[in-house]
Order: sequence, then C-alpha cells, then structure tokens
Amino acid sequence: MNILVCLKQVPDTETQIRIAPGSKSIVTDNIKWVMNPYDEYAVEEALRIRDKFGGEVTIIGVGPQRVTEAIRTALAMGADKGILVDDPALVGTDSLGIAKVLAAVIKGLEYDIVFCGKQGVDDDYGVVGSNVAELLNIPQVSVVVKLEVSDDASRIKAHKEVEGGTYVVEASLPALITAQKGLNEPRYASLPGIMKAKKKPLDVKTLADLGIDAGEVGEGGAKIQVVELTPPAERASGKLVEGETPEEKAANLASLLREEAKAI
Amino acid sequence: MAQGIWIVAEQREGELRKISFELVSEARRLADTLGQPVTALLLGSNIKEKAAELGKYGADKVIVADDERLATYTTDAYASVVSQLVQAGEPAILLLGASVQGKDLSGRLAARLGVGVAQDCVDFKVENGNLVAKRPIYAGKAYATVTYKNSVPQIATARPNVFQMNEPDESKSAEVVDGQFSLDDSELKTKVAEVVQEAGGKVDLTEAERIVSGGRGMKGPEHFTVLEALADAIEATVGASRSAVDAGWRPHGDQVGQTGKVVSPNLYIACGISGAIQHLAGMGTSKVIVAINKDPDAPIFQKADYGVVGDLFEVVPALTEAIRKMT
Repeated sequence: MNILVCLKQVPDTETQIRIAPGSKSIVTDNIKWVMNPYDEYAVEEALRIRDKFGGEVTIIGVGPQRVTEAIRTALAMGADKGILVDDPALVGTDSLGIAKVLAAVIKGLEYDIVFCGKQGVDDDYGVVGSNVAELLNIPQVSVVVKLEVSDDASRIKAHKEVEGGTYVVEASLPALITAQKGLNEPRYASLPGIMKAKKKPLDVKTLADLGIDAGEVGEGGAKIQVVELTPPAERASGKLVEGETPEEKAANLASLLREEAKAI
Repeated sequence: MAQGIWIVAEQREGELRKISFELVSEARRLADTLGQPVTALLLGSNIKEKAAELGKYGADKVIVADDERLATYTTDAYASVVSQLVQAGEPAILLLGASVQGKDLSGRLAARLGVGVAQDCVDFKVENGNLVAKRPIYAGKAYATVTYKNSVPQIATARPNVFQMNEPDESKSAEVVDGQFSLDDSELKTKVAEVVQEAGGKVDLTEAERIVSGGRGMKGPEHFTVLEALADAIEATVGASRSAVDAGWRPHGDQVGQTGKVVSPNLYIACGISGAIQHLAGMGTSKVIVAINKDPDAPIFQKADYGVVGDLFEVVPALTEAIRKMT
C-alpha cells in the first residue's frame, strides 16, 4: 500500500506564546519546533499499516527549510521518503492554500490512504485534512481513534470520536483519515533509525514544480486574513478559601460557589 | 448580492443539540445589526416537527432537508446537501457549531465552495457587512481576529458553550420550507456502520456545564471515584490532565488541554492539577475556576477564582458532602 502523511511543524506545546510587534504574528525566537503532536499518531498508524501490508510511507511537508527536521523525524521513525514544498511565495498561506499545495503533491503520487493530524496545535484550524480530501474528491473520516484495514486492503473501518460516543465509519480506499490522540502510541525514533533517515530521499519542490500559481497561495491568495493577534484576557485575581480544617474549607467553598459565583 | 445569515442546526437521533440554539441566538444578534434575516438549515430524517423550536430562538426561516440518508451525519451527504442549499440561497454568512460534525463539515464545504472558514470562534461581530471572527490559537495561549476575502459565504464555526442562548419566545415562529436538493447514492462514499454511545450517557467535556478534573495528584486511577462522587453531586463531567491520561489512569477522550479538549464550562474544578501551560490553555476560558491542590505555589492558583490549599482526598469528599447537604 502507498500511504501518505501530511505533516506540519509547530512550536512545542511547552512554548509560551508572545505576540510580535505589529500584532500579526508570534515571536519565533527561541521556539523549539517539533512535529505536530497529532501528526505523530498519523505517522505511527501509517507505519503500522505499511508493516502489515507492505508498501511505502511518504511524508509531505509544506513550509520553510526547518520543516525538514520534522520530516527527518518521521523518516527516523521508519517512513520511507519525504517531500517538502518550500517556496518564498508560501508565506502567509491560509489553510485552504496549504491544502491546495498538498493536493497538488498528492495528485502526482499513487496512494491508498492519506493521513493528517486532526489539527495543528498552532493555528488550531483543523480544516486542512477535509480541505485536501475535498480537493482530491476522496472520502474523509476525521478524529479517528481506531482504524482497521480490510485484509484485501480495499476498505477501512474507522472509529471516529463524537461528543458522548463513537461512530464506526466504513469507507472504501483511497480515503483520508485525520488522527486523534488515542489512535496508537507513537514510537520514538531509534538511533539506527536516525542514522538511516539521513540517507532516505527527501525531495524539495517549489510551487513552479507543482504548477501552482503564486497568486493562489501566500497572503494574496488567502481567504482568511489575520487582523490582529491578542493575548488572552487577564483573569481577575482569585480568592484563597479560608478554613481551619479541610471540612471548613470545603463548606466555605461550597457556599461561595452557591452564593457568590452562582455556579452550583 | 449575497445576504442573510444561515446556520446549520445540529441534531442527533432526531433531537436538536444545544449548539443549534446557541447558533440561532448568535445569528439573530448579528442579523439584527445588519437588518437581515436568519435562516436555519435542518438536516435529518422525519425532522420537520423540530423546525418550530428554532423559530422560538430567533430563526426567521427554517429550510428542512428531510431524507433517511441524512438521519445520521456523514460528511458526504451533508456536504452535498448544504452546498446545494447554500449555492441556491446565497447567504452572506454561514455559521456551524465547532462540534465534531461542524468542524468536519465546514472544512469540506469551504474547499467545495472555495471560501474561507474561521474555526472554533468565541466572538463575532459584523463590520461593513462583513464577519469579523475572534478565535483562540495555540489552544487559547493567544487569540486571532480574522476577516475574509473573496468568500461567499463567509463560513465560521462557533465554540459550544460560549454564545449565550436567547430565551425561547413562544410567540415567535419561523417560516418552514422544504429544501430542494438531489442526493445520489453514488456520492455517499462513507457509511456509519455503528453508533456507540458512551456508557452512562455522560455529557461530553466540550458541552459540559460543569467539569471536575483530576491530575497527577490523584495518585492512581482508583482514586477518581472521589471526583466521580463530586461530579455526581453537581451534575458535572469528569476530565483529566495530560499526565493523568498519559499515565493510563483515564481514557484519552477525557483529556483537557492543548492536545486534548479545549473546554469552557460554567464551573471547572481542578483537583491535584499543578497547571502545566498546556492544561491552562485548554480550560482558561471556563467561567468559574476552582483549584484544589496541596502545593500553594502550583501555577493553577494563578488562574483560579477560588483556591483551596489542601489535600484533595480530604477536601473533595468534604466538598461533596457539603454540597449534598445544601440542596
């Protein structure tokens, strides 16, 4: 089977987010860039399916040169090859623009399953997966926590998390899956894996290579425009609940919640 | 010219979900500033009788798409029907819930219609007839205010539990019409084979009015019964921090935070949670936050409206008891 994983590089979740002057972007100095956590589940699932059915796992990233680090991490986990689309015209591209680039790459490849993380933990849009599926005209199953592939590798049964339950969704391949935490336990890259990854193919493509007009992407092509970024509202400082004993504190808290906060 | 605000109502098993009323209420407020009508799309099977409820919350018109293949949400069927109705009716703005369904559908629709979508918004306003949406990024460590370009309609999803519901007005009613659409079986590439309900009919964290969450301080999975008793007394849903989930004490679906669920309940009670930055991002928009922790220097106290320094295994059962006595 040919399995593709769309991968994003994001600031580590430990990062304190600071807004840059001009309020349109964040301060990126000293940020530790990592593979998007949801993409780790996507890569792991792709590897497991390949190991069972044979075939290849190809990682596709879009962004500046630093994104090769995240792609190399996926290669070190065991993926076979990588493709990075890097082009100065991509700065300021929105979700739909990124999806167009990914779809253009994917249309040039053979594939049975396309994986994405359910969302990037940076911009939190969570729409690139369904955008790509639509542009490829293939079915999608999002927020998947369990995936079964039929023995003849023609169909999938995907367990999709919904509020208060799970939908078990069946689809024929090719299909696009977005990975949710719980899908699997991603492996760590081993030292031999890291060494091997250095020799695995990683192609870098430009928009021209893909036949994409620069006007379709970047800030100019974006359908969503950022007006400003703001920090979260400060919360008023709280109260320490008094009491000599745990029981007294609990009783005071209960009445504060009832009388003052009107929350219970 | 495109005009009017449309919302996609959400139903499960033929019952309207709360987000539907939140969407209609917010659409009503925005439409009033524009002087334009609110239209709700209602998709389902034998669903028409539910249309009147949407009118009471402020919808002027409800377009019903009734088909047995729309009984349970699938991306293919819903994207097909909603895009046909939208292309025929040309609304300026289309709002959906930032639910699992709404997030899935909005992305597919946006690509089909070639327009922008602002996901998981917590505030809307209209300027010069255009939607201005505010949405958390980095799970709430910052907020982005965004507008649209070349997008008809401008699509956005609204975070559940954030937008105020109008009081239903029994005297109001909506015009109910049958939507015109065609749906071919060949379009339906996915099928929901099974719907598994979580045991106990627990309210999902993203929709819960109250949440009681436990972290590393719970010391093990068996002690979550202490939180469950409190949750039971105040009709809350039990959540967990990432460390509790990664330790295998609670299922992944219970995790609150940057790589879990981002929640905004009326009341969030954090027990034995120190308050890692990823966790604080995920629950920071809760209306009232309570922290119960042994460590007075725990970062969670910076976010808390009410802090209790103490042993959760003493404080929480006493709190449960105190609340039970209050009723």
